[in-house]
Amino acid sequence: MSKQIQVSGLDAYYGSHKAIEDVSMTIEPRSITAFIGPSGCGKSTFLRTLNRMHEVIPGARVEGKVLLDGDDLYAPNVEPVSVRRMIGMVFQRPNPFPTMSIYENVAAGLRLNGRLSKSKLDGIVEESLKGANLWNEVKDRLNKPGAGLSGGQQQRLCIARAIAVKPQVLLMDEPCSALDPISTLAIEDLMAKLKDEYTIVIVTHNMQQAARVSDRTAFFNLAEQGKPGKVIEMDETSRMFTNPTQKATEDYITGRFG
Amino acid sequence: MTTTTGIQHISAGRRFKDLFVKALVYLAFALAVVPLVSVLWLVISNGVARLDLEFLTHSMRGIGARDAGGGAYHAIIGTLEQVLLASVISVPIGLFTAIYLVEYGQGGRLSRAISFFVDVMTGVPSVVAGLFIFAFWILFLGAQFSGWAGALALAILMMPTVVRSAEEMLRLVPNDLREASYALGVSKWRTILKVVLPTAFTGIVTGVMLAVARVAGETAPLLMTVFFTNSINNDPFNGPQMGLPLFVFDQAARPNDTAVDRAWTGALTLILIVMLLNLVARLIAWWRAPARGR
Amino acid sequence: MATNTKTRDGGPAMSRSASRRTHGEGLFRFLSTAAGVVLLAIMAAIAVFLISEAIPALRANEGNFFGDLVWEPNSSKVFGIGALAFGTVLSSALALVIATPIAVGVALFISHYAPRRLAAPLGYLIDLLAAVPSVVYGLWGVTFLVPLLRTPSQWLNEHLGWFPLFAGEGIIGGKTMFAGAVVLAIMILPIIAAISREVFLQAPKMNEEAALALGATRWEMIRMAVLPFGRPGVISAAMLGLGRAMGETIAVALIFPATFDISFQILTPHANSIAANIANGFGEANDIGRGALIASGLVLFVITLLVNMGARFVINRRKEYARVGA
Ligand SMILES: Nc1ncnc2c1ncn2[C@@H]1O[C@H](COP(=O)(O)OP(=O)(O)OP(=O)(O)O)[C@@H](O)[C@H]1O
Ligand SMILES: [Mg+2]
Repeated sequence: MSKQIQVSGLDAYYGSHKAIEDVSMTIEPRSITAFIGPSGCGKSTFLRTLNRMHEVIPGARVEGKVLLDGDDLYAPNVEPVSVRRMIGMVFQRPNPFPTMSIYENVAAGLRLNGRLSKSKLDGIVEESLKGANLWNEVKDRLNKPGAGLSGGQQQRLCIARAIAVKPQVLLMDEPCSALDPISTLAIEDLMAKLKDEYTIVIVTHNMQQAARVSDRTAFFNLAEQGKPGKVIEMDETSRMFTNPTQKATEDYITGRFG
Repeated sequence: MTTTTGIQHISAGRRFKDLFVKALVYLAFALAVVPLVSVLWLVISNGVARLDLEFLTHSMRGIGARDAGGGAYHAIIGTLEQVLLASVISVPIGLFTAIYLVEYGQGGRLSRAISFFVDVMTGVPSVVAGLFIFAFWILFLGAQFSGWAGALALAILMMPTVVRSAEEMLRLVPNDLREASYALGVSKWRTILKVVLPTAFTGIVTGVMLAVARVAGETAPLLMTVFFTNSINNDPFNGPQMGLPLFVFDQAARPNDTAVDRAWTGALTLILIVMLLNLVARLIAWWRAPARGR
Repeated sequence: MATNTKTRDGGPAMSRSASRRTHGEGLFRFLSTAAGVVLLAIMAAIAVFLISEAIPALRANEGNFFGDLVWEPNSSKVFGIGALAFGTVLSSALALVIATPIAVGVALFISHYAPRRLAAPLGYLIDLLAAVPSVVYGLWGVTFLVPLLRTPSQWLNEHLGWFPLFAGEGIIGGKTMFAGAVVLAIMILPIIAAISREVFLQAPKMNEEAALALGATRWEMIRMAVLPFGRPGVISAAMLGLGRAMGETIAVALIFPATFDISFQILTPHANSIAANIANGFGEANDIGRGALIASGLVLFVITLLVNMGARFVINRRKEYARVGA
């Protein structure tokens, strides 16, 4: 489990609009990498290019290389479906399938890859819910709709759903921005636990959160309005937050803009 | 498959299912378009032969069973008059009902009942509307078959469509506009008249045109209301009239080729009228889109 | 009604207004309320007058209206609705079976498969199918489709004749229940497709993305996030289509051979429906005949009313459900 991602010279476009330019970075396994930066600088766009989710948007395309432990995700014979199977994603707003029960939500991804016996499925569902720190809260109502949970519980359900298929990497786009502080804390605890097994990438607007949970941080910014976003600086989180090399990073972190 | 990649491919079964469904979906669309193309092609190719001046200016009066010639002038006139009268009846009722639902009803019991029955009315079969007018207008009131009776039946079919489209348009008018008008001390009814209706105007016109296009092709309700004639009757209030759909139905049911040829030409004329109404309605809707203030 | 309600609404009660204004306000409110009431009255009147004009004929009926398989109100005064009601239900059920899968496919094509730029114009193309008047479909049906279906009908009868619907001896093909059902299917396809397309487009994007992010193929995504969400909408769309098919008159009047028996053999020339019988029989009916047709129209009215109300019920339930799910 848990693979390294290497990105080199990546540009991403929406139609003719270039959203990010020349991003290169290495994302280490068994660690948490945080993306920070002002709104609209292409964090989500970049995150989605890591599991080819951006291809869902018509007209979106990329140039450049993304390697997962050396395997090119954009090689001609690689399908986006297989990439997403290995690189899971958690979204800003909790999005459990409204027509499915809690159990079915967690099992949804598993069912795609062939039939599993009931007992095996039960086992993985339990394991995933435990992995997402949700088991104790829902074990008595697995057959109730997932939409009936609180926002924070729903988000953990979505994490359980994502880790049930045992991906190599977990991408999270502002997973706490729709949640209250208690739920946020629960998710942060969960991330700290999950990083033993997964490569985790998180986009956040919350500096404290980035400082608390991440091992490495990348700061994205626009050169100016209308220009594509770029990685300004990437480093150990502790160093970024105490001693950034770039002026823009320092300004952003200290809240002078953005 | 390849040696370089550790990224597994999806199973052949899943890939096949995905492609299979894709093929089915494309096939479904193709299947749905085939009859449209076929109908239009046959109507045009069979109908164009008799689309001549005689067809447009003559009736079927004195045309024997096997004779060629004759025309649909009487039917075209009938349809235009009936549809016009139907609009004259149904548009005010439909529009005012929509105004009630949006501006006055406020979700009360009456407005919920009306709203529900507008939906139910949408589902009334056209032949039932015709039978109703026959039972009410001709049997009960003792009036005669006439274009007007047909218009009554068509009006019933138009009403729910007019209500729904007008309601939708009225609801699109932003509340800010109403409130701005109230703030100037304008009374509610004048606000509706001077602010709400003009804003929604083109949308309502589009809805009405689509409703007209729909009823212009209705045959069944005409059978038992305008009845039938081979002659020109310009007066919709007196005596049997003809309608273009009825003309097609009548000619199509006759067992000789000259009649079937006329049926095709009638069908072509009818489709041209209906499509023209549709097209104009869409053009109005399109013209409205870039927010051209009236 | 007009005078004592004028302060109840949220409108500004302008005290300085002249009485002419108050007049206008009252009149306007009266007119719009009256229009709505007229609409209700029409619905009630349809029921009342169909019943009252059907009763004399039903009284004069010397047969059993619900039992007999004959329709001779003009001569022997014996008529029964059985065969006609059966034909209406069977033909529209067949039409529904043919149309629904294709319509759902069309809806999915436009909502999830067609290239974005083409989706709207292609959807408009399907809407055009609904703009063709039914008499034109009838004409097309008798002159083109009926001969076209003869060979496939004979093939079905020969090879799948063990299946009751395809069974039958003697004349196979021609003006049959099958041909009529195909035309009906074409006519109800656009409405089913249009409503299904709307509900498929409303499927939450975030759930579609969730499915894709789990590594679902397009079809798997549709099965996970689109179809379960759209199911109630498709069901009610199909029911509205069923109501349409039952009331559809002229096309089937031209195609159905106007027989009065109950036969499941849809490839043989035995077919009729309430609506077709009204259209075909009205011209030569006498008083009792017309009353009998009105009685049959009443039955049709009741059946379609039930089907449509069922469809509305499903739609409204779905609205509530969608609100909870959001
Ligand atoms: N679906 C889209 N179509 C076209 N352009 C898009 C789309 N999504 C994003 N963009 C553009 O790409 C750029 C980067 O957007 P992105 O959503 O990646 O920013 P972000 O850093 O995630 O912002 P935020 O912090 O607000 O989430 C923006 O200029 C945005 O307008
Ligand atoms: Mg973002």
